[in-house]
Amino acid sequence: MNFLALFDLSVLDTTMRLATPLLLACLAGLFSERAGIFDIGLEGKMLAAAFFSAALAAITGSVWVGLAAGIGASLVLSAVHGLASITFRGNQLISGVAINFLAAGLTVLIAQSWFQQGGRTPSLLTGGRFEPITLPFADAFSTVPFFGPIYAELISGHSILVYVALLCVPGTWYILFRTRFGLRLRAVGENPAAVDTAGVSVIGLRFAAVGICGILCGIAGAYLATGLQAGFVKDMTAGRGFIALAALIFAKWRPWHALWATLLFGYLQAIALRPDIIEGALGFKVQVQLLDALPYILTVVILAGFVGKAIPPRAGGEPYVKER
Amino acid sequence: MTAPAIELKGISKAFGPVQANKDISIRVMPGTIHGIIGENGAGKSTLMSILYGFYKADAGEVFISGQKTDIPDSQAAIAAGIGMVFQHFKLVENFTVLENIILGAEDGGLLRPSLAKARTTLLELEKEYDLKVDPDAVIEEIGVGMQQRVEILKALYRQANILILDEPTGVLTPAEADQLFRILGRLREEGKTIILITHKLREIMEITDTVSVMRRGEMTATVKTADTSPEELAELMVGRKVLLRVDKTPAKPGAVVLDVKNLKVVDDQGVERLRGIDLQVRAGEVLGIAGVAGNGQSELLEVLGGYADATGTVTLNGTPIELTGKNADGRSRRNHGIAHVPEDRQREGLIMDFAAWENTAFGYHRDPAYQSGILLNNAAIKTDTQAKMDRFDVRPPHPHLAAKNFSGGNQQKIVLAREIERNPDLLLIGQPTRGVDIGAIEFIHQQIVALRDQGKAILLVSVELEEILSLADRVAVMFDGQIMGERQSTETNEKELGLLMAGVQT
Repeated sequence: MNFLALFDLSVLDTTMRLATPLLLACLAGLFSERAGIFDIGLEGKMLAAAFFSAALAAITGSVWVGLAAGIGASLVLSAVHGLASITFRGNQLISGVAINFLAAGLTVLIAQSWFQQGGRTPSLLTGGRFEPITLPFADAFSTVPFFGPIYAELISGHSILVYVALLCVPGTWYILFRTRFGLRLRAVGENPAAVDTAGVSVIGLRFAAVGICGILCGIAGAYLATGLQAGFVKDMTAGRGFIALAALIFAKWRPWHALWATLLFGYLQAIALRPDIIEGALGFKVQVQLLDALPYILTVVILAGFVGKAIPPRAGGEPYVKER
Repeated sequence: MTAPAIELKGISKAFGPVQANKDISIRVMPGTIHGIIGENGAGKSTLMSILYGFYKADAGEVFISGQKTDIPDSQAAIAAGIGMVFQHFKLVENFTVLENIILGAEDGGLLRPSLAKARTTLLELEKEYDLKVDPDAVIEEIGVGMQQRVEILKALYRQANILILDEPTGVLTPAEADQLFRILGRLREEGKTIILITHKLREIMEITDTVSVMRRGEMTATVKTADTSPEELAELMVGRKVLLRVDKTPAKPGAVVLDVKNLKVVDDQGVERLRGIDLQVRAGEVLGIAGVAGNGQSELLEVLGGYADATGTVTLNGTPIELTGKNADGRSRRNHGIAHVPEDRQREGLIMDFAAWENTAFGYHRDPAYQSGILLNNAAIKTDTQAKMDRFDVRPPHPHLAAKNFSGGNQQKIVLAREIERNPDLLLIGQPTRGVDIGAIEFIHQQIVALRDQGKAILLVSVELEEILSLADRVAVMFDGQIMGERQSTETNEKELGLLMAGVQT
C-alpha cells in the first residue's frame, strides 16, 4: 500500500483544473448569498455561459470573444433572477429552478439549430481555447528536487482562467471585509432594513451582488467549454453548480474556506479519473461508479448538515419589503 | 423668534381607503423634547415615516429650521439632520458596534480609515453625551439598552440635530429607561431637538416639554406638558373619559388552585431557563409575574400551557399535571381547566389568515356543540363566535373576517373571549395588553378582574410594571429563571420591583 500515491502530482494537477469552475461558481454564489439572494441557478448560468462561449469561440475563432459571450449570457440570466427575486420579490428558489431548466433546454436547442451536431458545438481548435501558460523559469526549475516539479507541473501550466480563479479568492476576501462595498453587501444580506434606514439602496446593492455572481458564473462556464474541454456538450456542467453550493455551505460563506472546500471536491473528481492509482494505494479495486459518485455523496452529506452548524446570512431568501 | 426645528403643514397620507394622516400641522421648537402620543393605528408612525422619507405624503409641506425641505428617501432625511431610532432596532446583528455606526456613512471606499475616524468621533460623542458603548462589541452579544445607545450614536454620528425615538422604552427595564431619559435630557441641553413617540402617559409627563395627541389620523391637540394631566391626555387620545386605574376590590383568596414546586426547564442548547420555580395561585386572586422579557416568564407559560417539557411538580386543585409525555399538551391542560392567552397572540394565539370563527374554535374544536356527525358544525361555531364577539365588543363584529384584519386590541379580545368563556379554573395570561390601545386595555383589565371576582385563579405575566402593579394582587419577580421575591402589590412600588427585576436582592 502506498497512500502517498493518492497525492501524485498528476492527480493534484487535475485537481487544480477541476476545482477551478467549482471555485468560480462558489465565489459567485458567495457574493449573491452574502447579499441575501439565494441562487440555485448557478448551474444554469454556467451551462448557458459554457454554450455561448464555445459557440462564439467556434464561430469567430477567438477565445476572448467566447469568454465575453459566456459572461454576457450568464449576466442575462442573472438579470432575470434579479428582476424576479429583487424587483418583483418573487421566490428565489423557484426563479433559480426556472433558470436551470431554461438553460438546460435552450442550450441544446440553439446548439442544434446553429451547428446541427446533435446539440453540441464543433470541437474548438487552437485560438478557440484557453491554452496552458508556462510560468517563467518553469523548465529551468523542474530539475530542482521536490520544489521544482511542484512549480513546473502543479503551479505552472494552467490556463489563465485557473489563475484568475485563484486570484479571486483574496480579491473576494478584500472586497468583502476591507471595502465599503463589502460592508454594505454583508449588511444587506443580514439586515436590509439597517441598510435602508442608513440611506443606502437595498435594491442597488443586491443587483450589484447578483451581477458579480453572473460574471463569475460566466467565467466558470467559459472555462468548462473552452479551457477544460474543447467545446460544448449537453449538460456538461454535470451538477457543478450544486456542488459549488454545497461547497459554499461547507465553507460557511467565507472566501478562503471556499478555496479549500472546492479543492476537496476537485480532488474527489480528479481521483475518480484514476482508478489505477486508488487500486495501487489501497491494494484493492474500487468501483469506478462509486468513485464518480464521491463528490455527489459528499454534497449530500454536507447539505444534510453533517459538517456542523452553518449559519447562512440572516436575510437570505427573503425579499425586502419596507415595514410600516 | 427662532424658527421651529421642524414644522409640518397640512400633511395627509392615505393607504387605499384608510386615511392614516389627515391634514396634520405641528411645530417643534429647537432644544425641546416633543412627545407624540396616540393609540395604535392613530398615525404616529406613519407621520414619522413621512418625516424620515419612508413614505411620500399625499399633501403637505415639511420645513426644517424654517427651510422648506423635500424628503423623498432616508438619505435626504439624514442630510436634513434627522435621525431616527426605530422601535425595532435597525442593526446588523453580527457586526460590531463600530461597523454598524459607519454603515452608510463611510468616508471612502476602504474601511480602515473610516473605522479609525469613527472610533475617535465615538469617543468624543461618548464623553459629550455620556453614552457608554464598547465599539468592538458584536451587536448580538450586547443588551438592548446598549443596542439602543448604538442607534442614538448612529444618528449623532450622522450629525443629526433632530432625533426621533419610536416607543423607545418598550424593551427596557425601568432603570435602563431612566438612563435613557437622562441621555435625552443631556441631548436637549446640547440643543438637540427630540421627538418622542410613545403610548405611555407616564413617560410623556416625565420628560417632554410639549405634547401632541393623535387620534384616528388627526392631531387632536398640542399642549404644554406642564399644563396638562395624564387623565386629560388619555381622554384626548381615546375621545372619551378613560379609567386609568383598574377599579377593583381587595382580593378574597380562597383555596390553592395552582401549586408549582421546583419547576425546571432546560432548553435545546442545554441552558437552564427555569431554575427551580415555586409558586402558588389561589382562587380569586391575580398573581402577577414581573420581570424583564427573557428571564424565564415565557418558558413558565409554555410549561403550564402544555407545550414545553419540564421537571418538578405542578398540581391543579390537588391533581398532579403531567409535565412530559403525550399528556403534556394543550388539550389535556384544557381538560384540566387551564385556559391560556399566550404572550404572542399573532404566533401562538391566532392563525392570522384564518377567519375569526375558525380561530374561536381552535383548541376547543372537539366541543360536542361544534360537531355534526363527523363534520364540524360550522354554523354553530359561527353563531357562537358572533355571540362572543358581541359580549366582548369586538369591532368589527364579523366572524368571517380574517384575524389579521382586526386591530391588536380586537385580536386580543377574540383570544380572550375564546379562553375566558370556557369558564376555566386557572387562566394563564401573557402580556394581555401588548400592542393594545388604551380603550381596549381598560376593557381587558375589567374582564380579568371580573374573572377573578368569580373566584378563578389568574396567573398574569407582563413586562409592563404599571400593569402588574394595578392588576395583580400579589407580585412575583422573575430574574434569570428564578423568583427573586414576592410582594403584595399594595405594599410595594416600581422602584423596589425594578431592583428585583435587575437581580438585586432587597
